[in-house]
Amino acid sequence: MSDFTPNIQVFCCHYTSQQALAVSPEGLQADGFPAGANINRVVCGGKLKVSSLLKAFEDGADGVCVVACPEDKCHNLMGSQRAAKRAGAVKKALAELDLEPERISMHHLERGFHQEFVTVAQEMEQRVKAMGPSPIKGEE
Amino acid sequence: MIVAERKPVGEILKMISDAKRVLILGCRGCVSVCSAGGEREVEILASMLKVGRKKEGKPIEIIEASLVRQCDKEYIDSIDQWDGQFDAILSMACGVGVNFIANLRPMVNVLPAVNTSFFGGSSEQGVWTEQCAGCGDCVLHLTGGLCPVARCAKSLMNGPCGGSQDGVCEIHKDVPCIWQSVYEKMNGLGRQQEMLELAPIRDWRSAGHGGPRTAVRDDLTV
Ligand code: SF4
Ligand code: SF4
Repeated sequence: MSDFTPNIQVFCCHYTSQQALAVSPEGLQADGFPAGANINRVVCGGKLKVSSLLKAFEDGADGVCVVACPEDKCHNLMGSQRAAKRAGAVKKALAELDLEPERISMHHLERGFHQEFVTVAQEMEQRVKAMGPSPIKGEE
Repeated sequence: MIVAERKPVGEILKMISDAKRVLILGCRGCVSVCSAGGEREVEILASMLKVGRKKEGKPIEIIEASLVRQCDKEYIDSIDQWDGQFDAILSMACGVGVNFIANLRPMVNVLPAVNTSFFGGSSEQGVWTEQCAGCGDCVLHLTGGLCPVARCAKSLMNGPCGGSQDGVCEIHKDVPCIWQSVYEKMNGLGRQQEMLELAPIRDWRSAGHGGPRTAVRDDLTV
């Protein structure tokens, strides 16, 4: 199961994604960003909806990462705390559905480009490879 | 408002196990305010059920909708627009809404997606607490506005039981003794003497112990 390319959806706020998006997808991958990872930018972590994160799984994501500002240094004050709460709600929802809650993770990063941004997606890729593809992908 | 909470998704999946098409029907009234069954929660539940059913290998078709209220006949009429398009309705309104649909549409299989919990208010963001039990014979004028029916674990009417310790109810350390609060409130208002008055034995028929209750306003019926 470890040879598949996991579909990883990374949701990040405008500030934490700025630099990552400035670099081309090839440039990002050269830095080690997983090939199956895709960046979804929202204006603020507080704008992220529980339903959008669940929809990513519905649409075939094997793993979802949420990246927003440091908890105490959010550009919009509470946005990243709200994002963390919503990621937590999805974690609970996955558990309720008997899916691995580890398929979603929350990260707080400083704005700008940092290697951690790439690491976040790499770690999810490793985790998902160990767990195997999302069991809901099945036959459509 | 009426406070409710979504049922565990496993319980809901079981209820709809035979259904191929479901109408998830939110309510923009109370349950929307307490974030249990409004438009946002309809969207979340729809997603969870789709994920759950895909996992079971039995994909499901879902229509998402919300009514202004589910406790008024005229709004229920609008569900007819989805006639023939669903095997069951999952109502996210309180039990009143589910009952209303069941009363008015005998051929519709309507199921509850939430547990209707209590009448309460939001004491802080994301937290709701019970405040009134709808007893039909309000005594708040005698208790400083604090309800002994809903907020005393034993619904006592003449002061606290022997389990009241340091202002805390004996059922749990996080539950204040409402009778202690009544006393403090009445004291603050200079009305503590009124508490010496004995409350008579109550007639609980108005609280639903005499069967289902009805309110009729003759001036409003045509
Ligand atoms: S159906 Fe229930 S939740 Fe909806 S408005 Fe009426 S009382 Fe409130
Ligand atoms: S006394 Fe009855 S009507 Fe008044 S607040 Fe308490 S339960 Fe509600």
